Amino acid sequence: MEHFDADILILGAGGAGLRAAIAAAESAPDLAIALVSKVYPMRSHTVAAEGGSAGVIQSHDSLDNHFNDTVSGGDWLCEQDVVEYFVAHCTREMVQLEHWGCPWSRKPDGHINVRAFGGMKIERTWFAADRSGFHILHTLFQTSTRFPAIKRFDEHFCVDLLVDDGRVQGAVVLSLSTGEFTAIHARAVVIATGGAGRVFRQNTNGGIVTGDGMALAYRHGVPLRDMEFVQYHPTCLPGTGILITEACRGEGAFLLNKDGNRYLQDYGLGPAEPQPRNKYMELGPRDRLSQAFWHEQRKGRTITTPQGDAVLLDLRHLGPAKIKERLPLIVDLAREFMGIDATTTPIPVRPAVHYTMGGILVDIHTASPLAGLFAAGECSSVGIHGANRLGSNSLAELSVFGRVAGEQAAEFARGSSAPRRSDQAEAVEAGALALLTQKGSGEHHAALRAEMGASMEKGCGIYRLGTEMQETCDKLAELRQRYAGITLQDKSRAWNTDWVTAIELGFQLDVAQAMAHAALARTESRGAHQRLDGFETRDDVNFLRHSLAHHQGAAAPTISYAPVTITRSPPGSRAYGAAGEHEEATRKDAAAPIGHPPTQDTLHV
Amino acid sequence: MSDVPHPSKSIDLRVLRYRPAFDQEPVFVSYRVAYSDDMSVLQALQSIKDTQDGSLSFRWSCRMAVCGSCGMMINGAPKLACNTFVRDLGPNAVTIEPLQNFPIERDLVVTVGDFVRKIESIYPYIIPKVPKPVEDGAYLQTPAQMAAYESFSDCINCMLCYAACPQFGANPDFIGPGAMAMLQRYNGDSRDGGRQLRLDQIHGEDGVWSCTAVGICSDVCPKQVDPANAVNQNKTNSALDFFLHALRPGERS
Repeated sequence: MEHFDADILILGAGGAGLRAAIAAAESAPDLAIALVSKVYPMRSHTVAAEGGSAGVIQSHDSLDNHFNDTVSGGDWLCEQDVVEYFVAHCTREMVQLEHWGCPWSRKPDGHINVRAFGGMKIERTWFAADRSGFHILHTLFQTSTRFPAIKRFDEHFCVDLLVDDGRVQGAVVLSLSTGEFTAIHARAVVIATGGAGRVFRQNTNGGIVTGDGMALAYRHGVPLRDMEFVQYHPTCLPGTGILITEACRGEGAFLLNKDGNRYLQDYGLGPAEPQPRNKYMELGPRDRLSQAFWHEQRKGRTITTPQGDAVLLDLRHLGPAKIKERLPLIVDLAREFMGIDATTTPIPVRPAVHYTMGGILVDIHTASPLAGLFAAGECSSVGIHGANRLGSNSLAELSVFGRVAGEQAAEFARGSSAPRRSDQAEAVEAGALALLTQKGSGEHHAALRAEMGASMEKGCGIYRLGTEMQETCDKLAELRQRYAGITLQDKSRAWNTDWVTAIELGFQLDVAQAMAHAALARTESRGAHQRLDGFETRDDVNFLRHSLAHHQGAAAPTISYAPVTITRSPPGSRAYGAAGEHEEATRKDAAAPIGHPPTQDTLHV
Repeated sequence: MSDVPHPSKSIDLRVLRYRPAFDQEPVFVSYRVAYSDDMSVLQALQSIKDTQDGSLSFRWSCRMAVCGSCGMMINGAPKLACNTFVRDLGPNAVTIEPLQNFPIERDLVVTVGDFVRKIESIYPYIIPKVPKPVEDGAYLQTPAQMAAYESFSDCINCMLCYAACPQFGANPDFIGPGAMAMLQRYNGDSRDGGRQLRLDQIHGEDGVWSCTAVGICSDVCPKQVDPANAVNQNKTNSALDFFLHALRPGERS
């Protein structure tokens, strides 16, 4: 086994990991940074984000507006002190990306342009056509090559963390190319491994989105927070789940049922107007729109496609020029994957799992309860998304908190002693090799993965029942038992993807269990967690609390609860459309404004 | 993993296999796959891996033609497996091989590191023409200024252009179309002042002049990046730069 000494180890090189690496290299150029990714960094799933990233920029907008949209969008399960910090730092990060070359779309005069997004009161979504995540990721990756302190371990897969003496001290990684192991010893570790949407059957996520980092922290005693909140994105291609960006609706697209009606007006989001107003109709939040699809489907108002039921996303009235300028990727995806010209034909869409609101418990400094361990991006729960994330807040999150994580890890590394080498790394290697060679029962893991995906979809979907969630919990326990006896079909070392996907499935099963058990225990409805078995309403008395899932080895997790930080917005009625406007007008949140909004005028953007 | 409903037909996939510890040389192995009209080649490979042979190795992730992982030779042409559909390839057996011109590591997996080092060699980041702190806000850039480089910034690094390029096939040290497109992406950016540094990088014999203007790189690009255009622009720039350098010797050390 090889050994590598670093000061800071970053697991994951998507948007958050790269931003953390650059921040660490800028704030502490003398520290050695190991940046591990199981793919080449530009393959990371940030690449698939389309619509854009939030940052207040217009003079008639304010940080308070962004704060209020985010907190009410999260159904008040947000850490409000963290949201305050977040909204105050988004715009600076967007400008930083601009300086690094991100090709943000512009107005004719050369200033930054912004578009409308769901649940956002004022247009504040920075966008690079509909390839915003792609451009952010490539900008960050290419910029990261400037820094000699960053030593990349591309196509290296993290098998386990090294935890000793009450603090994290590194990790063991497997080279996909050779099948050989390296122990990376570090004073501080940042997990930035992204989400876990692949535990569901139909999802928008790339194959690599398997919750690795969540499971690693969880197994070492770090709670996973709010895991029951899983976002269904309302507009995805049936069958594949390929994402059709919310920016379509930001630009003015309609959602139609099989009768051609803009059905969202039947679900408290109206009135329907030719140009949807912000926070109305198609510009409502993702949870509400996915729930409306569910109802339309049961009312028999969806269309039938070979890949299942769908509604129609209609862009035609925007005109070919605007569609091709603002949504070129969507035009390509509709043509390639559905055989449709989106300028002349509505696109069939349906909800699919998109995002894990919960994750590794961290504080406002991205520090987890385990000393030396930090987390940022989708794998983490820093507390800004609550029970439902607003579109364009996740690219902003990975920028703001990726930077914080890099700086905090550097500071921690400076103040801590050198990591201690133990025989733990060898034990990790032995464990991974045992899976490779174990005789097992003959069962292959692909079957288990399919059963997990189907069971999560049934029990933890858009609407949930106690009985079905219990069945999913039982199924996951059974799958974990069967997993212990799997037999790999490939026993070799070089590029053994049978082996790696089997280890990933182990991570996925643990994360899925945290989701299902946290969902079962939450006997209320809030945001993306909606029940139909007597708990249809929000229960602030008992459940204005974060759930914490604690790993219990081979047994099911235990669930505990922690308070929610409320600084300026007491829980209110969450409404959109005309009802939302009325609600907002009658609220009296007494608090001084959050700083001065950085606008076009003050930032020259 | 492959989420394809109601497979109704079947087709043979001849996949080039190479397992370094077992095979002396790459060999074709045939798999029969049931498919429906919406099945991609990637989904066909996933179905082989999940139900027939778990030892088949290939890279993939996003399955929506943006991550650039799944480039391979499909019936002899470089393609992304995720947006190439089985229905368009039959009825004869479909041949699937690793990307041409790259060393095979295993099965459909080729070595990427050399390509990434080429990207890294051309200073792939903004070297500010007029540095300013973030607090001073964004740079102005008109849509026309963006248009000068934007298409080159759409490169997904899938390496199909390298698999198609006869010059790269003959000389693996040739900087190649993808890295040249990235170079042009930065040299064409109104915020950037690093043009000279990058041009120096491509004067040499493995630089821009190795290209013989075949243009097939642009034909196979799945994102209409048009690397051939980038190469041509750099030939002009490189020639101009060389000429100016000859006129004013000693200006650049």
